[in-house]
Amino acid sequence: MSDNKKLLTEVEDALANCMKCGNCMEVCPIYKEFKTESSVARGKIALMEAVLSGQSDITAGFDKRMAMCVSCKACTAKCPCGVKADELIIKGREAIVKTRGLHPIKKAAFALLKARPLFDFGLRMAGLFGPLAFKKLPGRLATVARFPMPGLDRKRIMAPVASTPLRSQYPEVVKVDNPKFRVAFFTGCTINYIYTDVGQAVLNVLKENDVEVTLPALQHCCAVPVHISGDIELAKVFAKHNIETFERYNPDYIVAACGSCTMAWKKDYPDMFADDPEMKARAEKLAAKTYEISQFLVDVVKFRRDNLGEVNATVTMHDPCHMARGIAVTAQPREVLKAIPGVNFVEMKEPARCCGAGGSFSLAHYDVARTINDRKLADIATTGADTVVTGCGMCRMHITDGLVQSGRNEQVFHTVQLLDKAYKAGKKDEPKKTKDEFHFH
Amino acid sequence: MQSGLLDSLKRIVGTEHVLTNQEDLLCYSYDATPGFSHMPEAVVMPGTADEVAKVLAAANDAKVPVYPRGSGTNLSAGTVPLKGGIVLLMTRMNKIVEIDTANLVAVAEPGVVVADLNKAVEEFGLIYPPDPGTVATATLGGTVSENAGGLRGLKYGVSKHYIMGLEVVLADGRILNTGGKTVKDVAGYDLTKLFTGSEGTLGVITKIIVKLMPAPEARKAMLATFGNLDDAGQAISAIIAAKIIPATLEIMDNATIRTVEEFSKAGLPTSAEALLLIEVDGIPEVVEKEAAKVVEVLKANNAAEIRVAQDAGERDKIWAARRAALPALAKLRPTTFVEDATVPRSKVPDMIRAVNEIAARYNVTIGTFGHAGDGNLHPTIVCDIRDDAEMDRVYKAMDEIFAVSLKLGGTLSGEHGIGVGKLRYMESQFGPAGMTAMRSIKKALDPNCILNPGKLVGECG
Ligand SMILES: Cc1cc2nc3c(=O)[nH]c(=O)nc-3n(C[C@H](O)[C@H](O)[C@H](O)COP(=O)(O)OP(=O)(O)OC[C@H]3O[C@@H](n4cnc5c(N)ncnc54)[C@H](O)[C@@H]3O)c2cc1C
Ligand code: SF4
Ligand code: SF4
Ligand code: SF4
Repeated sequence: MSDNKKLLTEVEDALANCMKCGNCMEVCPIYKEFKTESSVARGKIALMEAVLSGQSDITAGFDKRMAMCVSCKACTAKCPCGVKADELIIKGREAIVKTRGLHPIKKAAFALLKARPLFDFGLRMAGLFGPLAFKKLPGRLATVARFPMPGLDRKRIMAPVASTPLRSQYPEVVKVDNPKFRVAFFTGCTINYIYTDVGQAVLNVLKENDVEVTLPALQHCCAVPVHISGDIELAKVFAKHNIETFERYNPDYIVAACGSCTMAWKKDYPDMFADDPEMKARAEKLAAKTYEISQFLVDVVKFRRDNLGEVNATVTMHDPCHMARGIAVTAQPREVLKAIPGVNFVEMKEPARCCGAGGSFSLAHYDVARTINDRKLADIATTGADTVVTGCGMCRMHITDGLVQSGRNEQVFHTVQLLDKAYKAGKKDEPKKTKDEFHFH
Repeated sequence: MQSGLLDSLKRIVGTEHVLTNQEDLLCYSYDATPGFSHMPEAVVMPGTADEVAKVLAAANDAKVPVYPRGSGTNLSAGTVPLKGGIVLLMTRMNKIVEIDTANLVAVAEPGVVVADLNKAVEEFGLIYPPDPGTVATATLGGTVSENAGGLRGLKYGVSKHYIMGLEVVLADGRILNTGGKTVKDVAGYDLTKLFTGSEGTLGVITKIIVKLMPAPEARKAMLATFGNLDDAGQAISAIIAAKIIPATLEIMDNATIRTVEEFSKAGLPTSAEALLLIEVDGIPEVVEKEAAKVVEVLKANNAAEIRVAQDAGERDKIWAARRAALPALAKLRPTTFVEDATVPRSKVPDMIRAVNEIAARYNVTIGTFGHAGDGNLHPTIVCDIRDDAEMDRVYKAMDEIFAVSLKLGGTLSGEHGIGVGKLRYMESQFGPAGMTAMRSIKKALDPNCILNPGKLVGECG
């Protein structure tokens, strides 16, 4: 048997656990659009089984069908047999990468990612020269791509790449007077290079709660996009690099402000090193310390609520797939929101249904990603909210893109940005407070 | 398949709605039934009844088999294209045409998912009662064709009680309309009933007129455990004898209780021989009265423990135990056969005992749960289809289970249909005269035997 098929043999038993009940059809966002078997987990599992039984092979057709998955984990959450279909599909992609190589667009993007300093340089240049490539839209963090970027649809709204990455805006350690905790902030790529406003909000909010924050300079991409594309070897390189980098700081906690990044630390890294006990133990040690920002604020810090000012907004929330089903954090961001005076929170229908971004899925399958997003946009509209909050940069970008393209005015933020606003409003409300009083709680 | 036919199919439905790629064909070689698979030669996705008619006419001329398919969740291999040919995928035809609140009727295309129909009528305070476990995935066309039932069968009946009329395309492409919106209709043979439950062997359903019901205002769920299986059986009959028809009256046997408890730690007593789940619904005052009466009956029949849900949260907890039955059993082993042998209500304890005895004799794992109120049990056999020796014992056990259900005055299938999965038992239920009558109907409507050939009545050529 060829090498690539061996990869699938490892999961033969896991595949056999699928009883073909089709329950995954209820929740799969891709199936909702296409209504064909190959778009849903059941079909993809059948295809992998066919490769194993020799009925079929790892062909271009197999590749195309395995690519049609946003890794949203909805099927896995629904499955009566406990089949982790999203992970099996990634296995299928690993077999494809071994046999056929990566999708050309992803290949180009990942080649750049592989060399961290080059990646950093490339995105900085994109930031400096951003206005050349992106036409700015007034008043919001969005621009229309003027030049067809590789893999990007012409009309696609991308957030502009920041002119100065987050980690270059701050010293490596952001100190506070009497630190309650020392945390290391895993920024992830979107926050470092694009949504620096989220990073700033994280730093402000943590400071407000007497938390000292380190921004390890050498951190790299979390590896989620590379991993779900099936390039497991490259994903492990990133994981190992990040583990080694963060170990050096020995923080009390690791905090990330992105569902996928948090999931990478908490689940993917330990899983990736299943056959390397030493690395696995190191990954697990850090996994236990890792928290998503809202989870950290609610469960560990018990964030200050006495000095929150009003933020007048009607807000609805989108739960990123990897927040809802990857790390099961949905209560905490709501608790943060509900603590903010002035916020009128309106739950949308199926808040945890995929928005279509799916990491790098939307890079290669923009049209499908857009149609999936349309359902999300309709659900947002029925809430009457003027503000949408979420916990992942990719979701924020994709939802913003959809809103702008349909001429709508809702703003999209990370949940922590609203909390930051509330702390700032609290200061405006009571300008007389001295610094000492401020820290007395 | 001849390229001439393929070209015609593409002309009829559009090239993008014909799949012939190897990977796509593989994905339509199976359904939810373990142990059956065969590749079709093409998958055709029509968008209108007219397209269906043209596809069937072309296939009939070429004598190529056609397998109608909804969501492919049936448990009798009803959609497996065992002779190749065309899989006719109905999921594109998924419009709800009309909701007529004056006549309490809805008109819908076959590809509509049952739960979506229910969502659409909910805002008018109405329900479409047939609710199979797959309500959120199965299509209306598939459920009508299987005459699917569900948890509410005891009080509300099954699909056939709600189908008022159909638009059907016959094998040669002619379009036929049956029934209508009137409650009373005695003109002619009841063709609506004939096509309902015909498993895609007599025609392709392209439109469905269904009866709707007012949603019950209130409901109350109860759970009772029994140390003795016969007490549970007595309780079932006694509830009905007390003139209460619960919407739901479910049973779980000891093997199922133990498995559910192991996975979900819901606090079920693992020593109990049986567990009953009961829900009454209707007008609030009546619901309260009936619930009290049910509790009385349960006590009189030696229920060990009785829980009555006081609010939505508690109701959900009670139902979680029932919902966990299949997933918990399915997680035990890779392959799961959900059977649906059905016996008269009074024979439920006998049937469960017989299944347990068969399981022990053939050394196979079977958990039985199901709709006790209507005698429709789900002996669920979990095994590994890759183990030939085990499968040999499984198939033998299955044969005996069906034999017992017939002996107890029951039927092969309460709701999953015959397909090919249970074909081999048909003759023993219907006898030669019954089989001949059914085959004559098949041949009259589909002389070339192109529609789902080999299923339900077997070979007819
Ligand atoms: C986990 C699980 C639980 C289940 N629980 C229940 C339950 O509680 N009650 C119950 O009754 N069933 C149950 N089933 C069985 C199954 O869900 C039902 O049989 C359902 O009705 C099938 O619908 P479908 O759309 O998937 O049809 P399919 O499986 O696609 O087709 C079923 C049959 O109908 C024919 N058909 C489909 N569409 C048409 C059409 N438009 N015209 C003519 N023929 C057509 C097909 O040829 C086939 O013979 C369960 C199945 C599973 C996997
Ligand atoms: S993956 Fe799970 S939910 Fe989907 S068909 Fe298989 S067993 Fe059913
Ligand atoms: S992970 Fe999401 S997109 Fe992928 S198959 Fe499962 S439900 Fe569908
Ligand atoms: S998940 Fe996305 S945002 Fe987070 S580090 Fe990875 S690529 Fe960057």
